[in-house]
Formats: sequence, C-alpha cells, structure tokens
Amino acid sequence: MASQQAWMNNLFTNTGSSSFTEFVRGYAPEMLPGTREALPAPVGDQIPHATTIVAVTCAGGVVMAGDRRATSGNMISNRDIEKVFRTDEYSCMGIAGTASTGIEMARLYQVELEHYEKLEGRSLSTEGKANRLATFVRNNLGAAMQGLVVVPIFAAYDERLDGGRIFGYDVGGGPYEHQPYHSIGSGSIFARGSLKKLYRENSAPDEAVLMVLQALYDAADDDSATGGPDVTRRIWPVVAVITADGYRRLPDEEIASVVEGMLAARMIDPDGPTAPLR
Amino acid sequence: MPFPYASPEQIMRDRAEYARKGIARGRSVVVVQYADGILLVAPNPSKALHKISEIYDRIGFAAVGRYNEFETLRQAGIRYADVNGYNYNRKDVTARALANVYASQLGMIFTDSIKALEVEIVVAEVGEGPEQDQIYRLTFDGSVFDEQGMAVIGGQSDAVATRLKERYRVGAPLGEALDAALSALTEPGGERPSAGQLEVAVLDRNREHRKFLRLSGPRLERLLSEAKPSTPESPLTEPAEPTTGEGGPKPPPTAPDGDIDTGSEPPL
Repeated sequence: MASQQAWMNNLFTNTGSSSFTEFVRGYAPEMLPGTREALPAPVGDQIPHATTIVAVTCAGGVVMAGDRRATSGNMISNRDIEKVFRTDEYSCMGIAGTASTGIEMARLYQVELEHYEKLEGRSLSTEGKANRLATFVRNNLGAAMQGLVVVPIFAAYDERLDGGRIFGYDVGGGPYEHQPYHSIGSGSIFARGSLKKLYRENSAPDEAVLMVLQALYDAADDDSATGGPDVTRRIWPVVAVITADGYRRLPDEEIASVVEGMLAARMIDPDGPTAPLR
Repeated sequence: MPFPYASPEQIMRDRAEYARKGIARGRSVVVVQYADGILLVAPNPSKALHKISEIYDRIGFAAVGRYNEFETLRQAGIRYADVNGYNYNRKDVTARALANVYASQLGMIFTDSIKALEVEIVVAEVGEGPEQDQIYRLTFDGSVFDEQGMAVIGGQSDAVATRLKERYRVGAPLGEALDAALSALTEPGGERPSAGQLEVAVLDRNREHRKFLRLSGPRLERLLSEAKPSTPESPLTEPAEPTTGEGGPKPPPTAPDGDIDTGSEPPL
C-alpha cells in the first residue's frame, strides 16, 4: 500500500523508551512540532495569542482557571477559546502565548503522559511530569525566537503529599515550582497582585474557585488582552479542580452561579473584596 | 548435511501445532459483555505482569500465551493507537483498525518465521451502547473472529466457553457477569480463584475520558462477595444464544491437541 506510513513498519520495534515523543521523533518526525523548517520572518504578531491563566493550591488539591480570550494585536480573534487542558487524571496545564502552538503542545503532552502510563503500568511522578513539560518548552525555543512563544503552567495533585503543586516555565524551559499560587500571561501581573491579597491558606476548593475567578476579573479589568466573564453570551472562564478524586472541570452552570454572585458584589464595589490593612 | 524435505503443508501444520500447544498450556482468559460495557477476567497471580491492558480510550486488550510475545503486541497496539489519535482525533482510533494491524503482523510472522507467535489475543472496544460493543479474537495465524458478546482464549477454551454460555445472560449487571466468568474459569468441583489470584478490568461506557478501569483490592473483594456462587449446579438464567465464533460447526483453531495442561498448574 503506497499510503502506508513509514512508522507503521516500526510499531513492533522495541525502542527502549516509554516516551511517545521519542517514538514519533524516530519514525515520524514530521508529526512533531519544532522539527519544521525555520520561517523566513517572525510571525508571532499575526497569530492569535492566548492570555491569562491562574492557579492556586487549596486544601487537598489545586485549582486552575483561564479566561476565554485570544487576541491578534488589537483584535479579539476568539472569545471562547479554551486554554486549560486536562493532561491526565491528576494534572492539567494552561497555556499563554501563541495559541496554536500551545494547543499543539498540550495535545502532545497529553499523549506523552498517557503513553508512559499505559506502557509502564504506572503514572509518572509529579516532578517527572513537570520535567517532561520543561523539555517540550525547551524544544520550542527555536520557534519562540521567531515569535511562536508558548509559556505553559502546570498543576497537579501529588499523591505522596496529598496536596496540589504548581509549576511555571520560561521560554527556555524550567520547571520552577510555585507555592501557593501562580499566574501566567499578559494579565498575570494583575492576577498575581489580586491573589496576593485574596489567597487564604488551606481554603476549601470552592473558595479557591472564587479566588481564581476574582483574580481573573481583576486581570481583565486592567489588561485589554484578558477577557472578563461574558454575561450576554454566557461565556465563563474555564475552571478545573484537581483533588484526590481526580480532575474535574466545573460545569458552566456551576461557574455561572459563582460568577453571578461575584458580579453582584462588584456592582456595589467594582474593585472587589478588600484585604484588611493590618 | 542436507536437510530432509518437508512439504509446505507439513511445515505449516507443525507450526500451528506448536503454537496451539503453547497456548493451551496456560489458563483461559474470559472477555464478556455486561450491561455497562465489557468485562475482562484473567486468572493471574502476578501483580506486575499483566494479561489485560488498556490500549486507548475505549479499547482494551487481553492475551494468553508467551508473555514476551504478547507484551510486544500490546506495546505496538498502544503506539499505533496513540500515534493515530494524536495525528487525527481520539475518536478515530478503532478496535477494528487495531485488529487488522495485529492480524497482518500475526499472519506475517506465521508464514515467514520459523515459529509462530504462541499467543491468542482479544481486542475489545466499548461503544456508546451495547450494540456498538465490539470483541475481536485473534489467533496465532492472524485469523480474526468477530465475537458476539463473549470470547474465551487460551487453556481449555472450549470447555470454558461451554461453561460460560450456560451462565451468561445478555445485559447482565457487572456482578452477574463476573460470576458467570468465574464459574466458567473454575473447573467443575474446583475452587474459585480468590481476589489475589485474579486480574479483572472493565471497559465501562459510563466512565469519562478513558473507559478502562482495573478492579483490584477492596473493590474487587466486594464484587466477588456479591458474585458468590449460589447453586453452582443449576444455571441461574437462560443460556445465551449460541454465538458464531465459538461452538459453531467448525472447531476453533485453538482446540487443544494431545497432552495438555488442565489449568491446574500455575499459569505462564
């Protein structure tokens, strides 16, 4: 069969590695990002950018949330993009930077974790997962220099610690562990400032959800590339909660009720809750 | 020294005979449909060397025979599924396509190599509803059988399949299906394997994301106590309709020949 791909001939070869990426790089490198030819000119400005993601740890887990806006320069190119991805039962990642490259990275990373788990019969350790993602980011450095920058954020429930962990990256890789909260993307400065005042240690997951929604609202308030909750179209941030019970993306109705409560309070006090002065 | 002449027919027969004997030496593995999906049961005291595995979101794998040989097949199946799912979409990975990949590999090895793979495998896919469930059985020579509702591989598969048909009921809940599978795997008068001696997994269509779930520890203990044999002699329910793959007019290609293990020795 002429259309039979070359990698099909190597399915039964023992590659000596449980990595999906290693296998594909060996036998079907054209599928991988980062192996494509260099672009004649940087294109970063013309491709939609994904913006703010926030993550906070809570009692027995971690919560991650992302707004729904993608921008190309001054234009909103997408108002309902999703930037928080489930990567396995106990972890998720969010992306900031070039949306298409980030989505591709998340998709590949998802397969990478699952592939290892199925072949080895065990999941990678949380550190192992975080390191693996660092390699992906590092491999994207060439593309990043041409404007296709992706900076992810990784959050996981760690079984050994029975708690949530958050890892950040830069264009060269990482990971950098952040406790107890972290934010990435264009609105991250405002989100982090907001979390600094709102974060409470050992909060219940539903309180942490309110924290991240408040932080995203504050980011959208001051950063034009971050989208606030779209009340007319009923487009809400994506919120994921990971605990010992696994990954759960909150259904829209649940987020809607929290957001509507928050908006009602902001109608009276537009700057949101205030922290005590001393 | 010149080799004595052997006809191609004789060579193929010898190869098939060799493979059949190897496969019949172990214990049987049962794959059976139940109300919410597909149940896979293997007597296997090892916690590390699996006979049952997840391939993809909706696809499970069960095997008997030589461990190193079916492990290679399992890994290849995972690679095949993951590459296709990544290249296209997760929905585009199907048991049918995977069964074809396995069939061509098994068939090629059977004709080209000095020794056929001593394995028999099942590729099962759970669908949106019971009508879309698929169970494919593949033998050492690359033959594919589209099984209806249940499949038995390895060991004394004929005897096990007969016992399974006596108790199996279409649309049975998990406990009942497990009971039927265990009765089938237990020789008449024999003792049922305990939780520690069993490898049990389900492809549960009601699960999110990945449908494959291993049942072990307290969860399996609980299920086993629910599935206690009430009266082993009398089947509780109507026997299922005879299926096309097993018990048809022509004997399945794994029918054990000659001196074989009765299933009372430790599995491979």
